[in-house]
Amino acid sequence: MAFETVIGLEVHAQLSTRSKIFCACSTAFGAPPNANACPVCTGMPGVLPVLNRKAVECTIRTALATSCTVQRRSVFARKNYFYPDLPKAYQISQYELPVALGGHVDIEVDGGTKRIGITRIHMEEDAGKLVHEGEFAGAQASLADLNRCSVPLMEIVSEPDMRTPEEGGAYLRRLHDILVYLGVCDGNMEEGSFRCDANVSVRPVGQVAFGTKAELKNMNSFRNVEKALEYEIRRQVELIEDGGKVVQETRLWDANAGVTVSMRRKEEAHDYRYFPDPDLLPLIVDESWVEELRGTIPEMPAEKIARLARQYGIPRYDAGILASTRALADFFEASAAIYGGNPKTTANECVHWKDAVLAGTLSPETIAHAVEDRERGTISATASKTLVELVLSTGKPFRTLRDEQGLTQVSDTSSLDILVDKVLAASPKEVEGYRAGKAGLLSFFVGQVMKESRGKANPKMVQEVLKKRLG
Amino acid sequence: MANVPVHEWTLLEAARMVREKKISSRELTGAILARIEALDPKVHAYITVLPEIAAAQAAACDEEQAKGTLRGPFHGVPVGLKDIFCTRGVRTTCGSRILHDFIPPYDACVTEKVLAAGAVVPGKHNMDEFAMGSSTETSFFGATRNPWDLSRIPGGSSGGTAAAVAAAMCFAGVGTDTGGSIRQPASLCGVVGVKPTYGRVSRYGMIAFASSLDQGGPIARTVADAAALLGVIAGYDRRDSTCVDIPVPDYLAAAERPVKGLRVGLPKEYYEGEGLSPEVRAAVEKALKALTDQGAVVVEVSLPHTSFALSTYYLIAPAEASSNLARYDGVRYGHRAEGASGLIEMMSRTRAEGFGDEVKRRIMIGTYALSAGYYDAFYGKAQKVRTLIRGDFTKAFEAADVLLTPTAPTPAFRLGEKTGDPLTMYLSDIYTIPCNLAGIPGISVPCGFSSEGLPIGAQLLSKSFREETLFTAAGAIERALPVRRVAPLEG
Ligand SMILES: [Zn+2]
Repeated sequence: MAFETVIGLEVHAQLSTRSKIFCACSTAFGAPPNANACPVCTGMPGVLPVLNRKAVECTIRTALATSCTVQRRSVFARKNYFYPDLPKAYQISQYELPVALGGHVDIEVDGGTKRIGITRIHMEEDAGKLVHEGEFAGAQASLADLNRCSVPLMEIVSEPDMRTPEEGGAYLRRLHDILVYLGVCDGNMEEGSFRCDANVSVRPVGQVAFGTKAELKNMNSFRNVEKALEYEIRRQVELIEDGGKVVQETRLWDANAGVTVSMRRKEEAHDYRYFPDPDLLPLIVDESWVEELRGTIPEMPAEKIARLARQYGIPRYDAGILASTRALADFFEASAAIYGGNPKTTANECVHWKDAVLAGTLSPETIAHAVEDRERGTISATASKTLVELVLSTGKPFRTLRDEQGLTQVSDTSSLDILVDKVLAASPKEVEGYRAGKAGLLSFFVGQVMKESRGKANPKMVQEVLKKRLG
Repeated sequence: MANVPVHEWTLLEAARMVREKKISSRELTGAILARIEALDPKVHAYITVLPEIAAAQAAACDEEQAKGTLRGPFHGVPVGLKDIFCTRGVRTTCGSRILHDFIPPYDACVTEKVLAAGAVVPGKHNMDEFAMGSSTETSFFGATRNPWDLSRIPGGSSGGTAAAVAAAMCFAGVGTDTGGSIRQPASLCGVVGVKPTYGRVSRYGMIAFASSLDQGGPIARTVADAAALLGVIAGYDRRDSTCVDIPVPDYLAAAERPVKGLRVGLPKEYYEGEGLSPEVRAAVEKALKALTDQGAVVVEVSLPHTSFALSTYYLIAPAEASSNLARYDGVRYGHRAEGASGLIEMMSRTRAEGFGDEVKRRIMIGTYALSAGYYDAFYGKAQKVRTLIRGDFTKAFEAADVLLTPTAPTPAFRLGEKTGDPLTMYLSDIYTIPCNLAGIPGISVPCGFSSEGLPIGAQLLSKSFREETLFTAAGAIERALPVRRVAPLEG
């Protein structure tokens, strides 16, 4: 029997706000345990939450970038359960009335595009974490670190529109790009800023009803999500083929063993007793606020790739690399604006110096001047590279260094003659060999002359002079 | 004022005497502390008395005054706080074992405002555990007694505050009212109690019972004192998202205004029930006469959903409480059970030991009301009825400016009389609960005594943020029916 897979993904993204969602504590990662905590986020008696406006803006901007409808009125609800990392014994989340509904993102699959629906986006607070002394089983004590309590999260729930692990991976990468582009999430998966749970089921091809789903958790990279989905699909298909039945449950991905393992059955699921949080008023988002935020939505990655390729005549592949990071694409455009020339060369330079560009140590002028001087024949490719390195180490302007270092390309034949004479005199054997028919030795001579000139000679002219003298 | 003992002065008189340097804050505070020392062993209105802190505050007030600075309108005057308001560095128990040793690192907004007004805090008042009760008998620290008859309860949950004010163990106090917890004890102790409009007083640092109903408010011996104290604690606070940002009017001036032409509504449902004692009815009728004698007009109004208020309240309040009280798990602060072998056992035993019966009962009711499969039938339906009750009031206030009702169906009952029967106890709040569900303000003002010498209060209700109207009407009743406000208790 042939099976079809149905995948839906839930992404939890930490919003890039400086303070927590309901108090003024810092959201900085890596602080000493319980350093970023106050009476509000540690659930002391009588304290009250106050919603962070910035967190709402991040969520609305995400909603707009994914074509969701921002709800005029949404409501925070309490999700009640006991756990030592949850100080109030409830998580403030949104339940029946989330901030945004019904959007989509387009992914690229097999050369075409596929639209993946987004069911809803809602805001919630994170919980803390427990550190166990010794092994978990038989631990003598558990320590609670509440730094993460009330860190703002956004949950983005997709429709069950994906059919393969690759589609799942493509959707996640696209969503990740969008959030990072918007600047609403730093996208760091290892630190847990971007987390994903997957709902996966299989059904015989042609069957309309969904199969029983399993919820997969604990996947901390795109690759792990794909691997976990692959494993889980195989497990479910084999189970059914062996006459078994998939049960609804939550399963944890064990990356080391490469398997998913059952964590809890549906019957063991909590009754969270959701109800509207009486401490927070319904969130009212008026149209003018939405419009104001719409004006802050940057060009999204897919649009940017297409535009860069079209506008600058560079290959889509190159445009893709540039657009992979918003800052890199911006840098490219800034360089190309200073010196037009051949944008392909500018693109290559931007990609070559990507680390420095992203670290902010290189200015668009430097790359524009490097490309311009090369294209005009003022400097060689080698000299260009040397000069950019010098810009990085000294911080001086490119053209100042070019003139200081005397790296302007040597193109007048009289100075080249002197260099060529010197090289030929030093390599009598090779000269003999060349004249005897070993034409390949020409590049050896070119190399030697370039070396003598400390990279300043114009290689094309060197070749011409050599040919004349050896011929 | 030579013939009136210092502790019997009103809040405003005491403030004026300090301001005019006729008495120092040290002397005034000393008189109150002496009074507490003499009487509180009998009344038990305080959970925590703060003689050193109060004396230090009084000394600081005197020193500042000597340099020409007054902190605020209550400079140097002792004002007590219900032990539900967090006080930085001073234990705040909420009447519960689970918080018996809890010392908050922050002040409630009400605490800040009372201190900023210059008040000296002589101690923290006893209360029903987590404000759940109508008699102050559910306090882990033992019951408070009614200063007018020590064999009787003072009402609750702000029974400690009402008793302390009535016994002149402070000049005024701040309590909280979720279903009548300020007005009912004020009525039973013969003092004035105000439940402000929901959102009028910040709930920040006020330990939550039922968040959508809780509101802090003054308890004092005169309408003017209550008006002045509300003027101090009311106002916007950005730390409470449900606090409303509208200006605080001059309540004191409102208490002086005439009632001529004021439309007084009598909601017929409040007078029809069987539980209303004839003595209470007669006293409230006297209050009505006081108003009409001064030119107020009587109108009949109806609040048709009144009979559903009690059951609605006993779904919404416990539902919110079940969630609000879930944080007391022994992990971070408060009581923790000893010797548990694991997490779940630690949490369960902490809560089993830390909470009293009434709190447990309400946590269970609330948990059930919110459970999957029951939510729509209970909590969801209660919210709908709440909307209807609110609508009743909106309609009634088209015809009337204030509503006049009894505050409690009977005068104070005896200790232990109703503890065995929670449902009878819940009926004590039958006239006060609808006001909280609607979010409107209410006041209880003394209007007479029973044949046994027990105080009786009348309740006035108004539209949201029209506390001024309440003070105007209550002031008129007070002027017409001057009754003794300090209980005849000797140390
Ligand atoms: Zn905090």
